[in-house]
Amino acid sequence: MTTIETPPAAAPPRKAATVTRAGDRVFAAMSRGSGILLLVVMAAIAVFLTVRAASAISKDHGNFLTTFEWTPSLNPPVFGIAVLAYGTVVSSIIAMLIAVPIALGIALFITHYAPRRLGGPIAYVIDLLAAVPSIIYGLWGALFLVPHLKGLNLWLDNYLSWTVIFHKSDPNSAARSLFTVGILLAIMILPIITNVSREVINQVPKMHQEAALALGATRWEVIRLSVLPFARSGVISASMLGLGRALGETMAVATVLSASPVLSAHILDPVGGTFSQNIVAKFGEADEFGRDALIASGLVLFVITLLVNGAARLIIARRKEYSGANA
Amino acid sequence: MSHASSDAKPTPRVPAPDKLSSRRLPRWSPLAIAVGAVAIGAAIGAGAGLSSHIQWGLIALALFVLGSYAITARVEGTRQAKDRVATSLIWSSFVVAVIPLYSLVQTTISKGVKVLDGTFLTHSMNNVLTIQPGGGVYHAIIGTLEQVGIATVIAAPIGILTAVYLVEYGRGTLAKWVTFFVDVMTGVPSIVAGLFILSLWFVLVGSAPASGFAGSLALAILMLPVVVRSTEEMLKLVPNELREASLALGVPKWRTITKVVIPTAIGGITTGVMLAISRIAGESAPIALLVFGSNLINTNPFSGPQSSLPYYIYQQYGNGNDPSYNRAWAAALVLIAFVMILNAVARGIARWKAPKTGR
Repeated sequence: MTTIETPPAAAPPRKAATVTRAGDRVFAAMSRGSGILLLVVMAAIAVFLTVRAASAISKDHGNFLTTFEWTPSLNPPVFGIAVLAYGTVVSSIIAMLIAVPIALGIALFITHYAPRRLGGPIAYVIDLLAAVPSIIYGLWGALFLVPHLKGLNLWLDNYLSWTVIFHKSDPNSAARSLFTVGILLAIMILPIITNVSREVINQVPKMHQEAALALGATRWEVIRLSVLPFARSGVISASMLGLGRALGETMAVATVLSASPVLSAHILDPVGGTFSQNIVAKFGEADEFGRDALIASGLVLFVITLLVNGAARLIIARRKEYSGANA
Repeated sequence: MSHASSDAKPTPRVPAPDKLSSRRLPRWSPLAIAVGAVAIGAAIGAGAGLSSHIQWGLIALALFVLGSYAITARVEGTRQAKDRVATSLIWSSFVVAVIPLYSLVQTTISKGVKVLDGTFLTHSMNNVLTIQPGGGVYHAIIGTLEQVGIATVIAAPIGILTAVYLVEYGRGTLAKWVTFFVDVMTGVPSIVAGLFILSLWFVLVGSAPASGFAGSLALAILMLPVVVRSTEEMLKLVPNELREASLALGVPKWRTITKVVIPTAIGGITTGVMLAISRIAGESAPIALLVFGSNLINTNPFSGPQSSLPYYIYQQYGNGNDPSYNRAWAAALVLIAFVMILNAVARGIARWKAPKTGR
């Protein structure tokens, strides 16, 4: 008995150390291959866009960065991204100024203020709203929001015209302006900023909050002293995710904005454009060179969103390392 | 012990509550201040002849915030007053956000049901002039289903395998890079994905694409990171004991993953894939660049232009007349219903199949 049993007992460790099963190798290679494929796709996006963009920019007779017009069909072709970059940045800034405080307010409302039985359903509904397709926001923005914002536009023009920003050149023009686009983008990115912020705020250690309460803090002081410092970087990165979405948003802008190659400091004027709106609007009439020019503007947008998202992710990653929540 | 002490204490502490607690406003005071603010706001609004009731509301809101601050600061102190202001601001931010979101859903439903009927769902726009009523979304529904289906077939396996790599195999630099770029890829705008496929076609084929398949590729790029991220989260929830038990029985690692780990997390993975589908089903920008849209029924996604629901909405909006707007709203209602049902079912599966951990 004992003589038979010893060899197999000794054998398995040696066997396990040397044998690699074919199935294991294939599966490991497949899953690693998928990961590598994902990196390849990202690299390919950058390379292909750059190749086509470079050929277009080299034939551009205007300055690509400072030209207002987008007329690649002219001979010689003249096109530039100045108006588009301005419109993209301005509309996104307006969206962030409106959306971030309100989203933070809703997140705090769900976690700290709402009756407990309401908090869950509200969070669920806001989750669902994050899934509403952007074209529907665009349709609603163009057919409902634009006429309803006319009053606000007139009011701003009447009372705040002296700020230059809120001066409206033609008070009777429709509210198809960067300002309206900004409001619509704010509504669109509200759910995603709220959701991410809410998740971060939920992770704030209960002990910190109870300690503050025990010292006699009011509810607002608990939030200001223990919740917000802990959640700050998470809320910042949530906002940057929202910003990334606002920068790249296409259809909602394309339906609302009445575009023209004018760079105006008056955000109520129905002029301007954004990168993605310009691409969709000009694509139909563009020949192959015109499409390359649009690809060049898409490359700029790609780089901007890459930087914004990368920064947001780095902030989140750094927070994970230093937060004492899970220690 | 505790009984004895609590019995003993009350008598000497009778006067204490007066010193420990400060003056408080009665519980009905916020309501009273609100009613007062609304009344004064309405009075000012009517007196100044402001036509917009939104302005009345804003005046009342400002009065409420200022009034409750002033009264509370007098009675309870500034700390309590700040607390009340914060509370009212947070409540009002919630209300302010609910109004447009409610209006969005309400408008879509009320305008969408106007022309939504059996004919609308089973007919294309073939031979329908844009200024005529009639026509339907059948071709767009087919396009959406095919494009989203192909995108899912491409993106779901790659995404799940990538997540398996990150959770089960990934160590070192490659895994770090993949994780980072999955995150970055989530933020790639849909229009950029469309432009990428377009330039791919220019370089490799030499002409612009016009097929549902090209659109599917762009949608797959948008879907991939969402699938990876959600699958990764789900695989991380699978208890390590299950893996160890399986490996200890001599089961190869790949069999452990396919027979133990993935089945345990399958509910969450399904949810993630469905949420990703609901995200790409509403994408119209890449379709506009790559599939071009069509008024006819085209069931072949590999050649010829197709339509899709979101692109159909954009097209109908662009026509700029009432029959087209009605069609756009009806298609929007179809799309929103599709996405919401997908979402609700996905979340239902998640709750039903959630892995039981920590017990």
